[in-house]
Amino acid sequence: MKQLITAIVIAFSCLGYGQDCTYTFLGELSDFHDGTPIVSATIYIKERDKYILSDFDGKFKIEDLCNGALTLTITHVGCETKTVSFEIKGDMHKSIQVEHHIEELNEVSVIGNTIKRETKTAQETILKANTLKKYSALNLGEALKEVSGVSSINTGNSIVKPMINGMHSSRLVILNNNVRLQDQEWGIEHAPNIDINSAEQISVIKGSGALAYGGDAIGGVIVINPSRVILKDTLFGKTTISGQTNGRGFNISSSLNKNYSNGWFINVQGSFKMNGDFETPDYVLSNTGSNSKGFSFRSGKKTFESGFEVFYSYLNNEIGILRASHIGNVQDLVNAINSKEPLYIKDFTYDINYPKQDVTHHLAKAMYYKRFKNFGKLYLQYDYQNNQRFEFDVRVGDDRDKAALDLKLQTHTFTSDVILDSNSDYKLKFGLMGRYQNNFANPDTGVRRLIPDYDKYDVGIYTTAEYNLNESTTLDIGFRYDFNRIDAKKFYQSSRWEERGYDEDFPDIVIEDLGTQLLTNPVFNFHNFSASAGIKYQLNDNSFIIGNYSLSSRPPNPSELFSDGLHHSAARIELGDLRLSKEVSNRISASYNYYNDKTNFLIEGFYNRINDFMYLEPFGIEQTIRGAFPVWNYLQTDAELYGIDISASYDITNSINISNKSSYTAGNDIENDRPLIDIPPFNTRNSIKYTNADWNKFSVSLSSEWTFEQAQYPDNNFETYIAANDEYVLVDISTPPSAFHLLHFYSEMTFNTSNKTNLNVGLSVNNIFDTKYRSYLNRLRYFADDIGRNIILQIQFNY
Amino acid sequence: MKTINTKLSMKKFLILFMIIGLITSCSDDDNPDPVNEEEVITTLTLTLSPQGGGTDIVLRSRDTDGDGPNAPVVTVSGALSASTLYFGVIEFLNELENPAEDITLEVMEEADEHQVFYSFNESSGSTVTYDDTDGDGNPLGVDINLSSGDASAGNTLTITLKHEPTKPNDGTAIGAGGETDVEASFTFDVN
Repeated sequence: MKQLITAIVIAFSCLGYGQDCTYTFLGELSDFHDGTPIVSATIYIKERDKYILSDFDGKFKIEDLCNGALTLTITHVGCETKTVSFEIKGDMHKSIQVEHHIEELNEVSVIGNTIKRETKTAQETILKANTLKKYSALNLGEALKEVSGVSSINTGNSIVKPMINGMHSSRLVILNNNVRLQDQEWGIEHAPNIDINSAEQISVIKGSGALAYGGDAIGGVIVINPSRVILKDTLFGKTTISGQTNGRGFNISSSLNKNYSNGWFINVQGSFKMNGDFETPDYVLSNTGSNSKGFSFRSGKKTFESGFEVFYSYLNNEIGILRASHIGNVQDLVNAINSKEPLYIKDFTYDINYPKQDVTHHLAKAMYYKRFKNFGKLYLQYDYQNNQRFEFDVRVGDDRDKAALDLKLQTHTFTSDVILDSNSDYKLKFGLMGRYQNNFANPDTGVRRLIPDYDKYDVGIYTTAEYNLNESTTLDIGFRYDFNRIDAKKFYQSSRWEERGYDEDFPDIVIEDLGTQLLTNPVFNFHNFSASAGIKYQLNDNSFIIGNYSLSSRPPNPSELFSDGLHHSAARIELGDLRLSKEVSNRISASYNYYNDKTNFLIEGFYNRINDFMYLEPFGIEQTIRGAFPVWNYLQTDAELYGIDISASYDITNSINISNKSSYTAGNDIENDRPLIDIPPFNTRNSIKYTNADWNKFSVSLSSEWTFEQAQYPDNNFETYIAANDEYVLVDISTPPSAFHLLHFYSEMTFNTSNKTNLNVGLSVNNIFDTKYRSYLNRLRYFADDIGRNIILQIQFNY
Repeated sequence: MKTINTKLSMKKFLILFMIIGLITSCSDDDNPDPVNEEEVITTLTLTLSPQGGGTDIVLRSRDTDGDGPNAPVVTVSGALSASTLYFGVIEFLNELENPAEDITLEVMEEADEHQVFYSFNESSGSTVTYDDTDGDGNPLGVDINLSSGDASAGNTLTITLKHEPTKPNDGTAIGAGGETDVEASFTFDVN
């Protein structure tokens, strides 16, 4: 952690000739937290254009001063910038307190390249604005693939869910400006409600080491932060416009920031994205258009000692779902799998028809913090989220324009965190969290509820500690306890209630018998303990190792408990289980990082053992009037995941860089001795990049993305009777698609349009050779190829 | 100093917790309304009336719990007579609603988006011809003519209702694409 403190001495003006300039100023620098003297700080006296140093007691002396104003600029490694000015009236003695814990504070830092890490010993990777800007027209899931070991599970290419080391959905925690996203994230076709254009910096933390954010992040934590507040009078912003050939899409995003030196700030950001049907090399993917509208507002006051922030964000996504993936029964699925092309292809259009999703997410938060001398910092935060999800199916008659799924999820969260950092050797943090959540499933859909109405209550308490054992060793440890209570009102078909055996195990929860349906009131309490411990050891100036152990537990989500119904694009009936218990993960990880001027090499390994791992498995076949359907149950087993991620970069010359990112992950069901489903296959990305700062920061890069065929997969194939042909056929839903190799091109230049403004022009070509492929982790792979070549031109104006 | 600050945070924390408590207690305890599925087809009935009069033959598949675990109950009222022309009318009902909703009306209203397909096993010798069309002159399949073959036992007839099939098509449920709303197989004898 390196940081310079710059104190600015404004005016030491010797006014008046007849004055005596014989006064002495005695200064004493000390740490705000613990009062220890700041030794060897650089003090710049502006008027004299001269530097002096503080002595061993943090003291310094300026002699021969005249009466008048004096302003000093103080610089010290590891300290916050401090500006002080005084009115000299004779000899003076002043003590000046500076902030020596810059990592906590970089949000008020003046220097722009500070990286704020969320953790000390976890496997954390940070993506900054300069990387994220390439993804302005795309989405969070695509951007995170910049991190080795992060892939995505997709439904088409607009619904992209991040996957960390093979884990996704409820096993990841996503934080948007310190608010844990609550947006029905259990659903595999529910993309995170994040506008990538509102993110300035994203941290990806593998595993559950960041206990402050939750104890159930079995896969990992994604922390999305908006732009930092700058403590000076300034107005700046940026506008990004882009167009792309595939989907004939365009995107415009703009942000404006106004900051004041007294700490007040206001940010406004908005974005609009639209595209029509995407195209594979051979055909149009009908009904894959989407449009997205995002807006966010942030304001507050940030000073060293206290501050507050209010934040509001709005995001609406309307996403068309590939028409050919909406099928009626298993025979339709067999037809789709056997057909080389989708069975529904129409001309390109921007129109979004059914099936589609229309999701609106509101997030509002208010945060306050105060710093106490010789103690630490207290944060209080309240946030409210409202997630409205509509899903429209292809329906008939009067129901044609009626949503088939209409869920409103409202969440109130209160958090309080205290950071004790008055001792420089250790830092202690503890916090409390209280959350109330209500889900309302609108019965007007005329379709039985997929997820019932429920109230959910969560209370969490945690503490984490960081301890600097010596100059090269940092230790951290944390504990967390969470209590979850879910109180649902759910209708079961009487026949299903008996078939599941619930009439014997849960007779007490039936509150009303409507003949063919039963109204039940399941209430479940879960107690979850989580912990983490880690060490970071600096081997020498060029390398370090980290090791981490984390224990986390996750209670079943509403879908795992209550799912009950037919899943259209999968042609299967999915059933939750009221008997599920929490799953518990024990994860160990180790990393080695070597770096010098030209090289950066990072290797990360992990082993994650998950007891009572919840997953979906085929259970049998049920006959309905639509035909036969496989039934998939949520079950629990003991599972293990392990893998290695490599990220390497080497500067061959000053202008040529090569890099590699590779990731291998394996997952096994230990009890049944077979692989887990949906584990990302081995993939490796190699890039070569040429940069020349003299040519308007010109850069050009070519990258190759090679994804292997997944050889480890569970065989869930089944036989079905095809009545029309009077025969049994094998339905191959398991075999992964072949390996594929894609080439991508990216080039950019930045033109200075004035002292303070510049124009960045980027051109990317994804899938240069228009390669035809299907991805194992795309749920629509049974129906259509992935998208072909896409040329994106993007202009970003920074002002 | 530390205790004072801790107390301060605890006090604020408790206040906010009380607010959360208020929000919680405001949530209503009313029971949710049940959903009666609106567009589920629970029952398919094909009534075959022999040309020149006689007893109707009724083929029925009824699945009263929709996508629930119970299999549909399939019944055939009797054997067909050999080499006979039957006038057939199909009916789709949602018997989860009371009174039962006649989905056949919706199928006929949106005839251009629907088609009923009939297929026999090869040895049955029976055939079906369409006796109705949609607005574009393509077959719909609510009204049909069925010609029975020679006397034989254990024949199968599969009836498939497709939503948004390709129209016109090759006359088979598989070739027409679209999505299957109903699929039922009947075993019948011809005497």
